[in-house]
Amino acid sequence: MRDQELWTWHIGAGAVILVLLGLHMTVMHLEAIVRVFNPAPGEPVDWANVVARGKSVFFLVTYVLLLGTALFHGFYGLRNILFELNPGPATKKTLSGLILVVGLALFVVGTWAAWVGFTVARGA
Amino acid sequence: MADNTSEVVFRIRRFDPTSDAEPHWEDYRFACAPGMTVLEGLKLIKEKLSPTLAWRSSCRMGVCGSCGMFINGRARLACNTQVAELESDLVTVAPLPNFNIIRDLVPDLFPMFQAHLEAQPYIIRDDTAEQQQPSGEYWQSAHQLEQYLQFSYCIKCGCCMAACPTYATDPHYAGPMPLGQAHRYNSDSRDGGFAARKALLSGERGPWRCHFAGECSRVCPKGVDPARAIQLMKRQLVFDYLKLSKQPCPAPIAKPPAGLKRREGIPEAPPRTIT
Repeated sequence: MRDQELWTWHIGAGAVILVLLGLHMTVMHLEAIVRVFNPAPGEPVDWANVVARGKSVFFLVTYVLLLGTALFHGFYGLRNILFELNPGPATKKTLSGLILVVGLALFVVGTWAAWVGFTVARGA
Repeated sequence: MADNTSEVVFRIRRFDPTSDAEPHWEDYRFACAPGMTVLEGLKLIKEKLSPTLAWRSSCRMGVCGSCGMFINGRARLACNTQVAELESDLVTVAPLPNFNIIRDLVPDLFPMFQAHLEAQPYIIRDDTAEQQQPSGEYWQSAHQLEQYLQFSYCIKCGCCMAACPTYATDPHYAGPMPLGQAHRYNSDSRDGGFAARKALLSGERGPWRCHFAGECSRVCPKGVDPARAIQLMKRQLVFDYLKLSKQPCPAPIAKPPAGLKRREGIPEAPPRTIT
């Protein structure tokens, strides 16, 4: 049951990542066509454009969503690779716990960084 | 009359657990007649060169699935493989990989059949009384039949298991044959056993370990596509988790044909012998 559940979320996360990476490519590399995400003149990585995006709640949500889905997708893949080395049941349990803790810690740190960026941009 | 025979060497992997510590190779040279199969070559060796050679075979026509072997680097049926089609005068024959060897060319297929049993490869329905005393046939359309027909051609020879790279490295993986057969019954409109099979399928031994190498489908001597069955099963299980799949009621009993008249000269069916 657990693998059916995890695999479904893995596929779902992959689909969300595909959409969000498409958004990233649009924002960063199609600025000549789609200016809506980069209101200031110049490159998408220019300070004015970074601040403009940083103020947006939409981008805050997409950053956190991308972080969460990418962490889940990547760490589930890592878990599968490690499990294919045929560890014992106790090692499997430990590895799953470790991956969960590291993934959650990275998510908390990444979300905090995104929130700080959002508040700094709002104050700028 | 022209003599069409040519000389071949059968290099056979021998192992006798009572005397050998490790398997070893032995060569047998003999004249190969046109059309000779690998199985016939083995029988000739047993008859004339090495009476102790052991293997499994039965029907010698690609139906029973007993003579799966690793012939010239590929899992095949010995009865279904002519020496000429190998295009080599050296024929290497070994037991199917990924299984323990019982003796010579006899692999221990118990793990495969154990997983097959766990997949519950039979029709599961609530109407036990109807199954024991059938009052008619279960209705099934041609389209519903096509959903599982190719998977029902599996003869359980184990060639797919021998070719699977995941099964080679992960003994917990159920393997392409049991999973393919689970899908065969899950996709049968007469069956209602999807929930019962989920114990095997939704867990760690299920289709999630499949890397989709596709070797199982490439080597299958009956043209079954277990790799496709496994991918379809993944989709079915994902839809099941998301509660997007419609679990149809198992097929009803077909109504007896009405308004038909028996043609003259065709006798009535004999009475039942089993009650």
